Amino acid sequence: MSSARPSRLFRNKSAKIAAIPMIVTALFVFVGGTVWTIVYSFTKSGLLPRLKWVGLDQYERLWSTRKWLVSIENLAIYGFCTLVLVFVIGFILAALIDQKIRFENTIRTVILYPYALSFVVTGLVWQWILNPEFGVQKIVRSWGWESFQFDPLYTADIAIYGVLIAGLWQGSGLVMVLMLAGLRGIDQDVWKAARIDGIPAWKTYLFIVIPMMRPVFITTLVLVVTGIVKIYDLIVAQTGGGPGIATEVPAKYVYDSMFRANNLGQGFAASTMMLLTVALIVIPWAILEFGGSRNRD
Amino acid sequence: MCAVLPPALSRVEIMSNSIEIKNLDLNFGSIEVLQNLNLDVGKGEFLVLLGSSGCGKSTLLNCIAGLLDVTAGQIHINNKNVTWAEPSERGIGMVFQSYALYPQMTVEGNLSFGLKNAKLPKAEIADRVKRAADILQIEPLLKRKPAALSGGQRQRVAIGRALVRDVDVFLFDEPLSNLDAKLRADLRVEIKRLHQKLENTMVYVTHDQIEAMTLADRIAIMRGGKIMQLGTPDEIYGLPMNKYVADFIGSPSMNFIDGSIQNGVFTAGDLAISLTGYEFTSGEAVDGGATLGIRPEHVITGELVSHSPYCIDVEVELIEPTGSDKLIDCQVAGHLFRVRMDGQAQVSVGEVLRLGIDPARASLFDAATEVRL
Ligand SMILES: Nc1ncnc2c1ncn2[C@@H]1O[C@H](COP(=O)(O)OP(=O)(O)O)[C@@H](O)[C@H]1O
Ligand SMILES: [Mg+2]
Repeated sequence: MSSARPSRLFRNKSAKIAAIPMIVTALFVFVGGTVWTIVYSFTKSGLLPRLKWVGLDQYERLWSTRKWLVSIENLAIYGFCTLVLVFVIGFILAALIDQKIRFENTIRTVILYPYALSFVVTGLVWQWILNPEFGVQKIVRSWGWESFQFDPLYTADIAIYGVLIAGLWQGSGLVMVLMLAGLRGIDQDVWKAARIDGIPAWKTYLFIVIPMMRPVFITTLVLVVTGIVKIYDLIVAQTGGGPGIATEVPAKYVYDSMFRANNLGQGFAASTMMLLTVALIVIPWAILEFGGSRNRD
Repeated sequence: MCAVLPPALSRVEIMSNSIEIKNLDLNFGSIEVLQNLNLDVGKGEFLVLLGSSGCGKSTLLNCIAGLLDVTAGQIHINNKNVTWAEPSERGIGMVFQSYALYPQMTVEGNLSFGLKNAKLPKAEIADRVKRAADILQIEPLLKRKPAALSGGQRQRVAIGRALVRDVDVFLFDEPLSNLDAKLRADLRVEIKRLHQKLENTMVYVTHDQIEAMTLADRIAIMRGGKIMQLGTPDEIYGLPMNKYVADFIGSPSMNFIDGSIQNGVFTAGDLAISLTGYEFTSGEAVDGGATLGIRPEHVITGELVSHSPYCIDVEVELIEPTGSDKLIDCQVAGHLFRVRMDGQAQVSVGEVLRLGIDPARASLFDAATEVRL
């Protein structure tokens, strides 16, 4: 054994070479783009980026714009409700299907189908369904309930809930299949053991099965949360942000500032705020999950 | 081999039954897994269900546990009809091959979760957990999670979970099959000790005949959802009631020679063995097609051959030394014939060996029905 141990840098050479394009992309596009955006959010960029410093002006303006505040509020409502409901609905559907029911494949496909649609289609479909002229309201009224009123998309106070319905319709299927896969991965003997211990089904789900499905829950959570933060197309297709600014969301605010109002600086400031919010959620979680004691199961 | 009617059998008959299975049928859709199965397990008995994979052992055990709804028939446990009772109300504890521990709970949590759920007083729960941990020597592990335990320790915790339930009947579904050979042997002994200590009824499923032979008071050999023979390990080994059981039990397996019986003599090829000394189940010799079975270890070799009722010369084809024994392959009446000799015996391939066959230690099966004659 005379030859020296190869340096760590050159071990697994081929794997490292193969990863170079991704590393370069990550560095230049993601990190570079992020830094660039943050830097320019402190400038007075309009139609084109210009390095004319204005300090925190863009942020002050951002936080005194009503449209931005409404966007944040909407995202909070939409995000919270989606997160809770999509998990509850998705899990319950999965648990029902897991009872070895008949036509499982058909039902699974039907429920997952909306996910295969683009948000634009979902938005349009639900725009029609919720339209008082020819949607649900019209149908119920035609059955004889003349005073029935259901037009969330035309009532500013609750318009965001109209969007929420569409979002749930589209998102629940994905959560359901992920949860179903998780449930199917549970050793059937654990269920048997719980039955012999006399533990009711709901308790078995709550205290045994769901804790066992932690990895699935985390994956699903990441998918759902990213979907929530970047919500844009559904709004554009379904309400266009209206009525008024009732259903504006941050991603749309960014787009509108940059490409409609020709105010790049303002868009960058809004993007930076979104990034900051995500970072505030993700970093503590990552520290909790991966830092600290490594020997957890 | 003398046909001892072992004391265990009579003991079982005197005692009342702990589990009674009456005319049990179980179908999965159109697949009939168990058909008209009857089985009684005595109080305090260790019954092993033995059979190859897919023969319905686990299905039967799950029926006893109430984890499967039976198609027809009845199950009684401790003289109560529990056919439609919930698993938790049957007075049973169960141990699974995959351990089936609750992975997110500590060992203590695993042991106490069912009891907490049954709203037992805290002191009582603590007592039971402590007692189980004492018996199974798992106190040092109580605060750990299953992921931090070895396979043997996990299975001990799983047994503990059955133990704390304070029940009369334990059901085991291949509890040792996931362990390596050494651990398996150790835990096997522990289960036997546990049975002696607790004196409760145990029904134990396995496909490993060594496990079955060493643990069981009685063994039920299953095939295709039916019980082929139910008896003590001695009976199963010495008096197999059909060819399947004879072939299944014993390693290396029994030698079979197809032939026929005429006037109390078994003939096959140039073989003509007088059956004097063989105990026919019907009491007297039967004529007709038959299969003679004799275990490799019951073939007489060495000096004793001269005293044996029937002798035959064979040529040694192959020798497999195992240390304690030597296994010899040869041909008898056109069939492969294996003989177990002492490990120290001097033999070489090609040598002519004289073997002795004693009908009293052989088994005869009807050629058509494969039932013991
Ligand atoms: N849920 C099920 N659905 C259909 N067939 C099953 C089911 N469970 C078991 N079986 C069939 O029943 C037979 C017995 O299975 P099992 O009792 O698990 O055998 P083993 O003796 O190996 O424990 C097998 O042939 C198996 O294919
Ligand atoms: Mg099995």
